[in-house]
Amino acid sequence: MIDVKNLTKRFGPKLAVDDLSFAVKKGEVLGFLGPNGAGKSTTMRMVTGFSPVSTGQIEICGISMIDDPQTAKRKIGYLPESAPLYNDMTVTSFLNWIAKMRGLSGSTRKEAVAKVIETCFLEQVARQSIDTLSKGYRHRTCLAQSLIHDPEVLILDEPTDGLDPNQKHEVRKLIKELGKEKAVLFSTHILEEVEAACTRAVIVDQGKIVADGTPSELKDQGNGSLYDLFHKVTTTDAQAAAA
Amino acid sequence: MKTALTIYQRELTAYFTQPTAYAIIVIYLLLSMGLTFTFGGFFRVGDANLAYPHFYWNPWLFMLLAPAIGMGLWSDEQRTGTIELLGTLPTSTWSAIVGKYLAAATVCLVAIALTFPLWISVNDLGDPDNLTIFSGYLGSFLVCCTFLAITMLVSAFTRDQVVCLIVSVAICVLMVMIGFDTVVIELTKILPEGGVEPFIAFGVWDHFNSLMRGAFRFQDFVWFASIIVASLFGTSAILTARRS
Repeated sequence: MIDVKNLTKRFGPKLAVDDLSFAVKKGEVLGFLGPNGAGKSTTMRMVTGFSPVSTGQIEICGISMIDDPQTAKRKIGYLPESAPLYNDMTVTSFLNWIAKMRGLSGSTRKEAVAKVIETCFLEQVARQSIDTLSKGYRHRTCLAQSLIHDPEVLILDEPTDGLDPNQKHEVRKLIKELGKEKAVLFSTHILEEVEAACTRAVIVDQGKIVADGTPSELKDQGNGSLYDLFHKVTTTDAQAAAA
Repeated sequence: MKTALTIYQRELTAYFTQPTAYAIIVIYLLLSMGLTFTFGGFFRVGDANLAYPHFYWNPWLFMLLAPAIGMGLWSDEQRTGTIELLGTLPTSTWSAIVGKYLAAATVCLVAIALTFPLWISVNDLGDPDNLTIFSGYLGSFLVCCTFLAITMLVSAFTRDQVVCLIVSVAICVLMVMIGFDTVVIELTKILPEGGVEPFIAFGVWDHFNSLMRGAFRFQDFVWFASIIVASLFGTSAILTARRS
C-alpha cells in the first residue's frame, strides 16, 4: 500500500534521504528506527505529500503522490511529529473541521467524530479548548484527527513521544490493532516499541536503510539485543562530527 | 474549492473566538470616528460628504491595522506546525490561501461596515451623493485588502508574528507616505535617477483619491487587483519554496 522507490531528498548540498526504498503492505506495521536527524521525519513528510521529493517515486494504494497528490492524500492519516493543533478550537470542533476537510458530511461526520473520540479516549476533554490540554491529550487529539476518515494508510511520526507509560501502552496497543486492517508506518527511537507493536522494522541512518527485518530477525542480527544492533549500524553524533 | 470554504469558516471563527478581531474593530471604530469629528471637521465643514472628513483617514489607519489582522495568517501556522497538518489534508495550497485571505478581508469588511451610522447621519442631515459614498467605502475596502495581501505575503516568509507585523507596517507606511511631495523629494535625493518612479507607482493615494471622490476609473481597479493577485501568487510561491 505504501511503495517508496529510490527516494532522495537534498537540502542544498546536504543529502537528508539517500536513495531510500521500502514497501508497507496491508496488515503490516513497519517501525522506522534511527537516531535523531537520520531522515525519518523528512521521509515521512515526503510520503505524506507535505514536502516535495528531490528524486524518486512514492505510491499510496497505487496512486502516485507526485502526480496526483490530492487523491493520494485522501488515503493517508498522518500524525506529525510535534502533534500540531489549532489552539483556538475545542477538541470536538477541531475534529469536526478535519472531518469536513476530509470530505465527510452529515451523520457520517458525526459518527466519525464520535468514534475517534472514543478510540482515543478523549471523552473527558471533548468540549475543552485545545490550548488547555495536557501533552498527552494534545497528542491523542492529533492521533484522533489522523484516524477520522478511517484511512487505508496510517503514518505516525513518533506517536508515543511525550506520553506517560500507561498512555504509551495504550497507543502501542492501538497501533497493533489498527495494523491488522491498514498499512502503518511509524517512527520511533524507543527500541522496545519495535517488539511491542511492529511486524517489521527498518533502521535508518544518515538517510539510508542499514537494517531491515522482523523484530526477531533484527534481534538475531544484534546477537539477541536490538540495542547492540542499533549501536552497531548507526552513526553517533560524535562519529558524525569526526567524519 | 469546497475546502477553501471550510478553511474560510475556520479562520473566521478563529478571529471571532479570540479577542483579535474585536480589538481591531473597536480600535478602528474609535480612531476613525475620533479623526472624523476632530481633524476631519465633520461638523465644521458643514458638507454632507464623507470624503475628507472620514474616508481620507482610512489608509492611515489601515496601514497599521491591516497588518495586525493578517500578521498571523501564515506565520502562526509555521510556528505551531499546523501548516504540516494543512499541507497533508486533501486540499491545495491555493485553497488555503484564498480561504485565509477572505477570512481576513471579512474582518476588515465588518470593521468598515460598522461605520454605517455615519452614512445614515449624513443622509439625515443633508442630501449627499450616495454613489460617491459607496465609492468611498469601496476604495477604503480595497486599500485594506491590498494591505492585507501584502501582510499575507510577508507572513509566508516568517514564523514570527512580530517580525511580520513590523515589516508589513513598514511596507504599508511607505505606500501611504509616498503620495506626499516632501517624501518624494527626500527619496529623489537618496535614490539614483529613475529609482523613485517605481516607488511612486507603488503609492496608494492616486488610486484611493479617485474612488474617495466617487470616480470609478478602470486603472485603479487594475492597480488594486494586480497588487492583491501578485501578493497571493507570491504567498503561494514562498510557501511552496519553504516546504522543500
